[in-house]
Order: sequence, then structure tokens, then C-alpha cells
Amino acid sequence: MSTGTTKLDVVVSDVVPVNELVTRFHFRRRDGELLPTFSGGAHVVVEMRDGDRTRLNPYSLMGSPLDTREYTISVRRDDVGRGGSLFMHRQVKPGLEMVISYPVNLFSLDLRAKKHLMLAGGIGITPFMAQTSQLAGAGGNFELHYTCRTASLGTYADVLQQRYGNRVHLYHDDREERIDLDRLLSSQPLGTHLYVCGPAGMINWVRDRAAALGWPPETVHFEHFAAPQPGAPFDVTLAISDTTIRVGEQQSLLEAIEAAGVDPPYLCRGGVCGQCETNVISHDGKFIHNDHWLSEEDHRSGCKIMPCVSRFEGKSLVLER
Amino acid sequence: MAAKTIISRPIYGTLSPQPGKHHLFIADAEGALAITDMAGKAPPGFFDGAEIDFIPGPEGKHIAALEALKPAQLHLSPSFASLLPRLKQTLTNAHMGLRLYLAGTEGLIGQAMQVALEAGMDHTSMQTEHRGSLARRMQCVHCKGITENVTTQPALCSHCGLLLLVRDHYSRRLAAFQGVCINAEDRSEIPPMEETFP
Repeated sequence: MSTGTTKLDVVVSDVVPVNELVTRFHFRRRDGELLPTFSGGAHVVVEMRDGDRTRLNPYSLMGSPLDTREYTISVRRDDVGRGGSLFMHRQVKPGLEMVISYPVNLFSLDLRAKKHLMLAGGIGITPFMAQTSQLAGAGGNFELHYTCRTASLGTYADVLQQRYGNRVHLYHDDREERIDLDRLLSSQPLGTHLYVCGPAGMINWVRDRAAALGWPPETVHFEHFAAPQPGAPFDVTLAISDTTIRVGEQQSLLEAIEAAGVDPPYLCRGGVCGQCETNVISHDGKFIHNDHWLSEEDHRSGCKIMPCVSRFEGKSLVLER
Repeated sequence: MAAKTIISRPIYGTLSPQPGKHHLFIADAEGALAITDMAGKAPPGFFDGAEIDFIPGPEGKHIAALEALKPAQLHLSPSFASLLPRLKQTLTNAHMGLRLYLAGTEGLIGQAMQVALEAGMDHTSMQTEHRGSLARRMQCVHCKGITENVTTQPALCSHCGLLLLVRDHYSRRLAAFQGVCINAEDRSEIPPMEETFP
């Protein structure tokens, strides 16, 4: 059972190409009512029914939390991924009826902060679109530093600069522009909270530097949805359900468990929230952990796995499901 | 050592050196020993970026031990009230990366924490260590007056004179334990007063 993920019946109200890689999708409720309230940083899980296959991918809501007539998400096309973003880009047209989850926020603002310092990389800009709208509406103090590959791939950079002027700082990789991170982190007033969303390498770099420069962990917030990685098929025994299943090359372990009719809890499907954490009863082989939830110790122990993003290679794996 | 009785009752830890370049210590009396004990675990050069604000108290001990750590700054104050303007100024001008270490009596830890919370620090990101007296800072829930250095149970409110039960119920916002009238039904009933927080 998908904890907290009550479903919403929506219709695609608009599809807007933003640049060569990113397309924006607008959803409204089919019954015409307002959508549930959300806060900046929230995501929804979009169900993609593609023939006999259903994919469930999380996307950050990027519209203003002050306007719940529609939800908007921006999807970056990934030509070598498992096909979710390609499905959205190719098959989702205005008028299509879809199902999405209620919004869930695993990357919320800490509103006790005196200042919000935001660092975005690439498509990691989307949660900040909602957060900056939320803060601007309430007179909040924020500063956004946004790194993109080129100006044409700087999704919403123009919108953000127009809205917030010099509170937005842009860095273009192709112009060799780099954030002077240590200086930035060392010059923030006491009471600042740091938010980072982008590629894993960027998040790790920012977290490492913040920790080394004395930022307490409670003031550093990050979100990185790991897309489930494809890999060699493997067999898994679900002990409680008393069944053995095969995880396909393009399938996540969680999706395979669901396809067998077992309904484990989930929220983010990206290795972040911890909901689908599953105990390992026995194994003979090696885990490929891709999550950001379990500790390194948990990873080494071989006693736990996050089936939404992690895989297994070896002879046998028995899970408590 | 404080025992966890109810959820609001603060529990203190042991000071440990945190990452970063700027470290601010606030301590009174035997709290100095928590700093010197921690210094043994600190990396070389740790105190080069440290400021220690110390209230030695009437006995005036431990000053030399703190001087020996060679902190960038060492300030001595006769009371928390006299230290307060300096602390506020330091926190107003501080940047992220400043780490706070509070050591000594509960009253000192609580009041310094209260100022730091207002400056935007999270209480979970401050290092605390209780040393010395168990005396409590108490707020009378009836007249709202604060009585310092309460060592007895029950205790007299120094403002309205009610006899108060000193509860474990603590307010971080006020930096005080709550004192509630112990004989509201019958004022002539006077329970024995014991030295509970020496």
C-alpha cells in the first residue's frame, strides 16, 4: 500500500516545450475542483500507463503553492533512461487522463530560517520554482544560485531573473563560470539554511564543503531522486508472500514486487524517503545500493535494501515481503 | 547528571570539537573544566579561531586553565547580564559556520541558548555540557517573574511570594523551569523545604 499516496484523477491541461530537453506538463482535476494544497519542494508520483507496463516516476511540483487550480511539472528528456521521460515527451498530450499521487514534501523549507540559500543544478531547479514563489509571496529572504550547462539549457533562468532580479545568480558551464562555493558558504549570516537539488556529484560536493565549513547538518537540506538504474535480471524470493519473482532488466525491484501483486509502502520511488525499506532474510551475492536513505553501515551489513532504486547480482536473495 | 523525566526537560551532552573554523564558548564556573577536557580531543589549531566568554563566579577559579588554551579571544564577565550585550553583538555579526559550545550551570546554558535561538541557531546544533551546581532558573507561572538559582523544593517566588513546586517542565523560549503553586487549596499547608538542586 502506497503510504500517504492517495490518488488524484487529473487531465493534462497543457504541454509546453521549454527548451530542447525540457517539457512542462500542466494537470487539472477531472472534476474541476481545486487540487490539494502543497508546499514548495513537494513532489507527485506520476503514473505512466504505457501499454501493459506502468511506470511510477516522482516529479517536483514547480508551480506556485498559492495557486492550486493546476499542478505543473517539468520533465527533462533522458534518452538512455528507462523510458519514463520519453513516454512523457512522446505520448502525453493535452486532454490525456492520467493519475498522480497526492503531493508529498521531502524537501520542505525550514521557515524558522532567517535566510534561505538555494543551490540548483540543471533540472534540479524545479523544486526551487515553487519554493521561491512561496517565499516571495510571504516576503521571505532567499538567494538562488543556479548552475546550468548553457544559457539555452538554463531552464526557467529567464523567468527567475525577471521575477527576482539580483537574488538569482547564474553560472554557465560552457562559459567556465563556477560557484565560489567556500566563499559563498562562509559569508552567510547566522540562521541561514542551505538547500541543494541537482546531480548527485553536486549535492555531495555542497554537503561536504558545508560540513567542513561548520554548517550543522540540520541546516543543510538536499533532494536527489535517483532514477532506478537498469541492470541484469535477477530472481528474488518474497518470504511472507511465499513467491519467487524475476526482476527484469528495465524494471526496478519495487516495480517487480508490485507486478507480483504485493503492495509495499512507498512515497518517493527515488531512494530518498525510506518508506520502502525492506529487510533481507538471506542472500548469496552482491547488492547494488543506489539509495540515499540507508547508512553506509546498513549497506555493508547486507540486512536491508531499498527496492525502489537498488538491485542485486548473485545466486539468491530472500526478502521479508 | 539530569535524568529525562518529561520530554521538555533538557538533557546535556559532552562537548566535542565540531568541524569549522569559528568556535564560540560560553561557560560559567566549573563549565571551564568541560572546555579543558574537550581541548584534549581538539585538532591542533582549534582554539586559533575560538572565543571563550567565561563567568568565573565568586571563587574565580579556572581562568589560568582557559588562558593556557590560547584562544583567539578570552573575555571574563562577572555575570550573564554583563556578558549578554557582547554575546548578542557577536551573534549578530556571525556567519554560518560559527559553532556554539555551552558549558556550566543549567541557568547559563539555557540563557545563552535562548539568545542563540533568537539569532537563528537550532538548539540541536549547539554543544552543551552541564557542570557544577544543579540550581535552576524558575519562572512563576502565576506572576511570570523569574527567580534565579533556585536550589530548594518547593521554592519561594522572589516576586509574588507564592510557594512553588519546581517542575521538570522546561521552556526553551524562556530558558526557565516552570514553578506552580504547591498549596493553592490551603495556603496554611506548608510542605517541608528541601535542598533538592544543590
